[in-house]
Amino acid sequence: MTGVVGAVVEAWGELRIHKLRVLLALIGVACAVTAITGVTALVSMLNQSFTEQTERQSGRSVTLNVNAWPQGAQATAPAGWDEAFGRVLERYDITYASRDEWTQAAMRFPDGTRSTQVRAVDADLGVINRIVPEQGRWFTGADEEALAPTLVVNEAFLRASGLTDLSSRPTVQLGDRAPVTATVIGVLRDEWPGAEPSAFVLYEHLHRWIGPDGSGARSGGSGPAVADPMMPVQVPAMLLWVPAERSAEIGESIQRDLQATAPGWQVDVMDNHWDDGGLDRATKWVGIGVGGFALLLGGLGLVNIALVTVRYRIREIGIRRSFGATSGRVFFGVLLESVVATVVAGLVGVVLAVAIIKNIPVERVFGGGIQDMPPFPFSAAMVGMAAAVAVGALAGLIPATFAVRVKVIDAIRY
Amino acid sequence: MSLLELTDVTRSVRLPDDRLLHILQGVTVAVDAGEHVAIVGRSGTGKSTLLNILGLLDAPTTGQYLLEGVPIGTLSNGARTKRRGRDFGFVFQQFNLLPGRTALENVSAPLLYARGRQFWSRTRLAAEMLERVGLGDRVDTMPDKLSGGEQQRVAIARALVRGPRVILADEPTGALDVETGGEVMDLLDEIASQTGAALVTITHDLAVAARAERQYRLAEGILLPISLDTTSEWMGDVPLVADRSSHTERRLPDAEVHA
Repeated sequence: MTGVVGAVVEAWGELRIHKLRVLLALIGVACAVTAITGVTALVSMLNQSFTEQTERQSGRSVTLNVNAWPQGAQATAPAGWDEAFGRVLERYDITYASRDEWTQAAMRFPDGTRSTQVRAVDADLGVINRIVPEQGRWFTGADEEALAPTLVVNEAFLRASGLTDLSSRPTVQLGDRAPVTATVIGVLRDEWPGAEPSAFVLYEHLHRWIGPDGSGARSGGSGPAVADPMMPVQVPAMLLWVPAERSAEIGESIQRDLQATAPGWQVDVMDNHWDDGGLDRATKWVGIGVGGFALLLGGLGLVNIALVTVRYRIREIGIRRSFGATSGRVFFGVLLESVVATVVAGLVGVVLAVAIIKNIPVERVFGGGIQDMPPFPFSAAMVGMAAAVAVGALAGLIPATFAVRVKVIDAIRY
Repeated sequence: MSLLELTDVTRSVRLPDDRLLHILQGVTVAVDAGEHVAIVGRSGTGKSTLLNILGLLDAPTTGQYLLEGVPIGTLSNGARTKRRGRDFGFVFQQFNLLPGRTALENVSAPLLYARGRQFWSRTRLAAEMLERVGLGDRVDTMPDKLSGGEQQRVAIARALVRGPRVILADEPTGALDVETGGEVMDLLDEIASQTGAALVTITHDLAVAARAERQYRLAEGILLPISLDTTSEWMGDVPLVADRSSHTERRLPDAEVHA
């Protein structure tokens, strides 16, 4: 115990005495650890950014997309589709799910009534698709109980309404046969330049006030679409966020359950599972490669300076041998100096990496904010530290061997 | 049983031209605990080699070295090193203080190789030892800010801080003026006698040698007991009387003694 503590104390003392040479030798090591740790953290952020962008398009991993298609022209809408949706959520313990129905609705803009694309969903879609409005907010569960429909529109919709923001709490008239006033609560960024006006509405609201054909003719509550001889019969799709490890099994079971609910319909369940590990792995290896090369250079500098210093300290080593320092202790001491120094450099490197990562303008670098910022990669910091210790040990081996070979008598007289 | 006992010890080295150089020849000497022994001799006669052998820094080529009755030749390198740290304190002519360390750090340095209470209390022990050598107010001073006498006192404190059984002093006053050298030797004698440590001094200063209870002269690798006539004016004309009739020495000329 005292031997180890003594060696550490001795090594720390040496480093304190030789601050300048330690500093010079360790800049490279610190930079290398910063590179390894920082690049790994950046890769995590890049990966998260990529994942979030993908999830905005196709939902969280894994989202099951349930669609049902009539098998014949005479097929009627399956009864109890919405009830089946509720049973699926309960049976498979699904926390986030949304129905998804696309329709057109007549909306009154300052320049006249336009048929506008409306997407009827549940509030959970905001979580599943990471929807973050530019202005206002996304739907909440409380909106379902509102006494008037609410809309989340795109920027084109807002422009077509002659507005720039939601400060005036804008409303819009929906439907032509039985118009209803809807309140705009949020604005989403246009998906592409020149996008047409479009709006999200809660599925319940669509069926309560607007009607599946967008006419404003109430359908008398939620339920499957009312058959219109001119329109193909359709049922809403279902988006179900399920655990990735059970997605295939749940998908099969849900397909069976819903198929039984909808005779004469073809029920398909698709998942959005994707493997994004390739990007992650490639960039990680690039980071490790760059950091490893920097560590090699730093280590060589450390060896060089340590060798020069040991030659300079031959007399001191001899004096310490006269105090009773064994050759093992001298070897361990010189080795430990190098290791202690690189550990300090490693810590500095990790702190630098943290400081850099925390101050990165995420919006500018990744072209969009990261909703769930990945935690600082502790494992990368550990890898960086371990690499620094290994370099310190390797860099210390040569001067330590040299120090042990010094003859005590010659060293004292040196 | 003596504390240190050398019997017929030789030390030879092979020169580059393959000849053997005999540095020590048949050295026999015993030192008891608490005893002060001085060894005089001119440069190149093997004084330091003898001190290195006594201090376990070097090993005899032939002969036997008993440390408290234990043959040193039977000890491993590690065991010898540990005994060196525990039982011996070295005082060098050039002080050999560790550069860049304060007086306190220098004195506590040997305690880094100690165990138990000595290790954990090293700062307190070092401060106490510095106080004892009269440098209690210089604990945080760097060696280059100390005078020669003060540096040697730090070196003495460092040699004594682990409570060694033997103090080996190699020309302890060699780098000091006469007055300061006398003060340093007073201190060394005083502390050695207080702690009961044996003191082996190598010197070419007869005044220093005269302080010892026994004196030896090393010439051409041969160690001879001598006695200094301290009643005469030996600083100028040195009267030496050899104890061995076979190696009679009438006197050691200045040039030889001070070389």
